[in-house]
Amino acid sequence: MRKAESSMDVIKVDKLVKKFGDFTANDHLSFQVKKGEIFGFLGANGAGKTTAIKILCGLSAPTEGRVEVAGFDVEHQTEKVKKSIGYMSQKFSLYEDLTVFENIRLFGAIYGLSAGLIRERSERMLKNLGLYEQRNRLIGNLSLGWKQKLAFSVAILHRPQIVFLDEPTSGVDPVTRRQFWELIYQAAAEGITVFITTHYLDEAEYCDRVTIMADGKIEALETPRKLKKQFDCETMNEVFLKLTRPH
Amino acid sequence: MVSVTNLTKTYGSVNALNGVNVQVKESELFGVIGPDGAGKSTLFRIILSLLLPDSGEVEVWGFDPVKDYRKIRQMVGYMPGKFSLYEDLSVEENLGFFATVFGTTIKENYHLIKDIYQQIEPFKTRPAGKLSGGMKQKLALSCALIHKPKLLVLDEPTTGVDAVSRSEFWEMLQKLKKQGITILVSTPYMDEASLCDRVALIQKGKILDVAAPSEVVAGFDGKLFGVSGGNMYHLINACKSFEGVESVFPFGEELHLTFKDRDDHSEALMEFLRGKGFDKLNIRLIRPNIEDRFMSLMSSESFHE
Repeated sequence: MRKAESSMDVIKVDKLVKKFGDFTANDHLSFQVKKGEIFGFLGANGAGKTTAIKILCGLSAPTEGRVEVAGFDVEHQTEKVKKSIGYMSQKFSLYEDLTVFENIRLFGAIYGLSAGLIRERSERMLKNLGLYEQRNRLIGNLSLGWKQKLAFSVAILHRPQIVFLDEPTSGVDPVTRRQFWELIYQAAAEGITVFITTHYLDEAEYCDRVTIMADGKIEALETPRKLKKQFDCETMNEVFLKLTRPH
Repeated sequence: MVSVTNLTKTYGSVNALNGVNVQVKESELFGVIGPDGAGKSTLFRIILSLLLPDSGEVEVWGFDPVKDYRKIRQMVGYMPGKFSLYEDLSVEENLGFFATVFGTTIKENYHLIKDIYQQIEPFKTRPAGKLSGGMKQKLALSCALIHKPKLLVLDEPTTGVDAVSRSEFWEMLQKLKKQGITILVSTPYMDEASLCDRVALIQKGKILDVAAPSEVVAGFDGKLFGVSGGNMYHLINACKSFEGVESVFPFGEELHLTFKDRDDHSEALMEFLRGKGFDKLNIRLIRPNIEDRFMSLMSSESFHE
């Protein structure tokens, strides 16, 4: 039973340590993320989130410990890890001076999809988003909300097992933010694991489970409902402040 | 003390501000709440005399930002959205520079910034560019306050800042307000509205509502339901396919749902969803929050993309 469960874990982190000189950015992190789970990764600035994400994406090697992503060791099978994941950040998502369709073709080709597959998937994706008529418009002329929704769809175009989202919804209007979350739910329902960081704690409530990091360590890892109960708080924001505020 | 009437500003074919009316009272903490591109920065920059309006009237303590811009610039402190201090000057040099430009000294108004500046004073010889995000913010606020402005204008001070620093920042604003400074602050984060005395909700250059946060929420018309149970994605689609449903939005652990006549049809919806195989359902009447109200105002103005 236990074995069957653990084989469903698409991210396995075991006693991960990352040091930069004397500074310990990640101090013995251990956690697992299940297939199709929406996993929130929270923490104050400087808590060690970015360091951990870079290791999970195969961009930085752990000092100690073992990290497996999509069944591959991040240290020794880096290229296989990169092919199994998608990534979207708030800061950089798509090329502003390329059209919608050109961006899709570019990212599809980078991930090694055939021209036929790119055409087929992009048509379905753009129709699903309601952007098909806009496919020849420059990205720079789209609203922020459209850019974010499109960037997410492009990040999962190659059907990765896991998609990493780094503060994906900053600054968009509340309706667009909900549409974005519907896309996330859809991807999760299709079996894609969603690993998301955000500073906005109301977004933590959308996740299946959340971890809260402080000073390089994981301070809590649970469903939002249980965390709120455990710390006797109304909102995830209060839980976060209780755990991370210097006393 | 700040009065904006029928203010319009266009950039080419884009209507950045479309007939905006706002009044800010003396010693008020006034929030301008809206997403990116709503017109928040444009509104602030016109009030600050940094941008010319196309039409409409603006008065800041009786002064006109176009004609009396010199007077206004002495009266206001501005913290722009982007960090805009001198990165290669030290903390102390930046503060000294701003004090000198406004013809004052750090000593003269130290009492105003003491609480904030003390937190970064141990690093006063460090170049501003080498500070952490939270410290940069405290320095920028100190520099905006050092000439004792009547009006403090803060453009998205909490964007991209972690929850701990954000909560400290709002506490600092409450203290400044007690010292009689009028504060105009913008944020894309609706949950920060409740920390203001009054707020203006803005979207696509139009003001949707101006009121105290509790009044904004109270303006929500009809009944709102929280629905949960089962897979979120399938639940959203199932709720949307129910005839009487007007809107369904994910809100964390629950969906927020309204019916077309804004009445209670939760029994019928429950029945319908059970028929679709959802068996662990929970539907309850809930109190709307500021985002529910904002979205409801957006849909009535048909702002959807």
